[in-house]
Amino acid sequence: MKKSLFFGTLAAASALAGFASADTLADIKARGELLCGTNTGLTGFAAPDANGVYQGFDVAVCKAIAAAVLGDATKVRYVPTTGETRFTALASGEVDLLVRNSTWTFTRDTDLKFDFVAVNYYDGQGFMVKKDLGVSSAKELDGATVCIQTGTTTELNLADFFKANNISYTPVNVADDSEAQRQYVAGACDAYTTDASGLAATRATLPDAENHIILPEIISKEPLGPVVRHGDNNWGDIVRWTFYALVAAEELGITSANVNEIGTSTVNPEIRRILGTEGDMGAMMGLDAEWAKRAIAANGNYGEIFAANIGESTPIGLARGLNAQWTQGGLMYAPPFR
Amino acid sequence: MAESNHAFVRTAILPPQAPPLTEKGAIRWLRENLFSGWFNTILTLAALWAIYSLVSASLPWWLNGVWNAGSLGECRAIVAERAGPDATGACWAMVRDRWHQFMFGFYPQDQYWRPTIAFGLLFAAITPVLFSGQKRLRTFMLIGVVAFLVATLWLATVPMLPAGLTIILMLAVLALAQVRPAALMWFTVIYPALAFFLLWGGSFWVPAAAMAGLPVLLLAYRLLLPWTGVGIAAGAGIGLALLWWAVLDAPVAAGLARLAPIGLEPVASDRFGGFLLALTIGVTAISFSLPMGILLALGRQSDMLLIKTLSVGFIEFIRGVPLITLLFTASLLLQYFLPPNTNFDLILRVIILVTFFAAAYIAEVIRGGLAALPRGQYEAANALGLDYWSAQRLIIMPQALKIAIPGIVSTFIGLFKDTTLVAFVGLLDPLKGITQIVRADIAWKGIYWEPYIFVGAIFFVICFGMSRYSMYLEQKLKRDHR
Repeated sequence: MKKSLFFGTLAAASALAGFASADTLADIKARGELLCGTNTGLTGFAAPDANGVYQGFDVAVCKAIAAAVLGDATKVRYVPTTGETRFTALASGEVDLLVRNSTWTFTRDTDLKFDFVAVNYYDGQGFMVKKDLGVSSAKELDGATVCIQTGTTTELNLADFFKANNISYTPVNVADDSEAQRQYVAGACDAYTTDASGLAATRATLPDAENHIILPEIISKEPLGPVVRHGDNNWGDIVRWTFYALVAAEELGITSANVNEIGTSTVNPEIRRILGTEGDMGAMMGLDAEWAKRAIAANGNYGEIFAANIGESTPIGLARGLNAQWTQGGLMYAPPFR
Repeated sequence: MAESNHAFVRTAILPPQAPPLTEKGAIRWLRENLFSGWFNTILTLAALWAIYSLVSASLPWWLNGVWNAGSLGECRAIVAERAGPDATGACWAMVRDRWHQFMFGFYPQDQYWRPTIAFGLLFAAITPVLFSGQKRLRTFMLIGVVAFLVATLWLATVPMLPAGLTIILMLAVLALAQVRPAALMWFTVIYPALAFFLLWGGSFWVPAAAMAGLPVLLLAYRLLLPWTGVGIAAGAGIGLALLWWAVLDAPVAAGLARLAPIGLEPVASDRFGGFLLALTIGVTAISFSLPMGILLALGRQSDMLLIKTLSVGFIEFIRGVPLITLLFTASLLLQYFLPPNTNFDLILRVIILVTFFAAAYIAEVIRGGLAALPRGQYEAANALGLDYWSAQRLIIMPQALKIAIPGIVSTFIGLFKDTTLVAFVGLLDPLKGITQIVRADIAWKGIYWEPYIFVGAIFFVICFGMSRYSMYLEQKLKRDHR
């Protein structure tokens, strides 16, 4: 009797848990702020400035979603998560979504019961070497010492790459990016390998950046994007389409400067639909008509966000590359707003 | 000696001659200590060479330190301009730029006065405990606190009302220290609630109602003590206090808050960081782990099977598990056991598990102290007719704790340094959390030694202070004549 009561309570509690997390949108509106899982600090993508305000490429996605859902881009609570805690934080409901340069992989999508709703940055693992090493391709790195962060997928990619090309290397294990930079500058390793965006940021801060080159080979696919948990498809849709609204805005020429008037001045029906001048797309997701307008007004379109945080005018200086619009030879391709 | 007329006998004593040059002063010291044989000479020369190469390599770095710059690149440019293109130099400008984050994390900047006041009052609260019976020291300490508070309140442009209240409170404490030093303990008792109110803000009545559990406990204990034994009276008191906290506390606090809404702007836990976080976790865990450790040590020696088993099980389990595991438990596992959307504060979870961890170690240290007491002390206590708790309070514990002081303090020092491990669960400890944030800023990316040295220096000052205090305490309590 006691036992059955206990299990009954447990079942009721877990059923309650299922219901309680089923309507993320209502939870967020009741709470009045969006809980966004973010990085404890990654240059250009998510880091607090001297005033404690989070800035960065990933943070901009959180802000756009808060603007779309709550009408205020500042109503976000950023929950810093480490590589170990990020997925538990999302699964347990501690955060509403995770925008923490997490790679979309099969097991994360299926086994961990998450949905990667979009890709906001196509990254890939690369190598940085000193110019006087005389190497122009990663395939010439036979016998090199390579600085590699332990416990990451980059470690496995590195082993695969060298095995596939039948060349050897000596790993120098480091704990994090700053230590890797230190070891690399001190000459403890010939090459440093991590995501290409991280390499670019590291190279930009070296005292003699011109003496270091990033090799052309990209040895892995790292599609990074916002993640939500299973069980609330509408919330996944909101995150996905808010992001695609930013991408489509760049394609259609909606910018933070013209977002307030272009909705009425243009004849392009897709722009009018996105900005809520025509149709009722917001209502289909439980939002109001001007959700996308606010999301774009928060930080500008995808291209503006890219340029402001990691683009070529910033010290990090990343080229658009794969992250250009599909019309420009990149992979950024928003499905039609129809 | 008698008078002598012989010419060959001296009549006056010669003045002593100076010792030979090699047998006095610095040269003698050098000969005896550094060059007393061929082996020591070689060692000395090798050590000198090592020191020289260390200093010559790092001295320019220290001397070229830059304090005013906007980024690491600017630092490098200034060093290169000042000392040539290949010179190295420390970039302390980072510390200057992010000082407030190292100290307070993301605490709202216009509320910095609150942790500062809490920090000052902390010393007022620990003074009666640390310097009991030392009137002069205590007064000096309290005057120091008043000076610190006046200076910071003046510098930090604090609103008039809290500043005035704080100064009045401190003056009252200072006066009390002169008139009735024993009553100072009351300030120590209310300090946790006061610090909680200052740090987290919110309604004044929440900590006030929580503190009201203590009079309930004390009253029940006092009333029942003549009728029942210490154990039952304390048990009933604790039971009633728990009842108060579980049932009445929240409605009373809510009701009072409606009647008289007094409070400070609430600050969420996730805005805590830097040394504010390290000190909050460290001080709370230290002050709660000591009594808990004493009880566990006594429980382990108890004849009652249940109490003994529970104590041994607790101590051995907690000591057998690394602190990181406990922190991950606090951060990840508990989330799965709690109902969804319960927001059980992460810092609170971490504090509880860190306290457990320290208590298990303290229990073993105190058990060492208890084991070192001669059997005769226990028998003497029994012969005087003291009951268990009086014997522990008056005879056993004072001696056992005195023996255990070095062990206790080194456990505390270790605990305080271990607070940096909370970085692994995403809290912003000063060493890794804040440093990572600072490095993530493109302006300071690539900076390596400076944050470590800066944070390490502050940790050293605090830990060294604790260590010196423990030596002072050992001196003060020295009763034997060894």
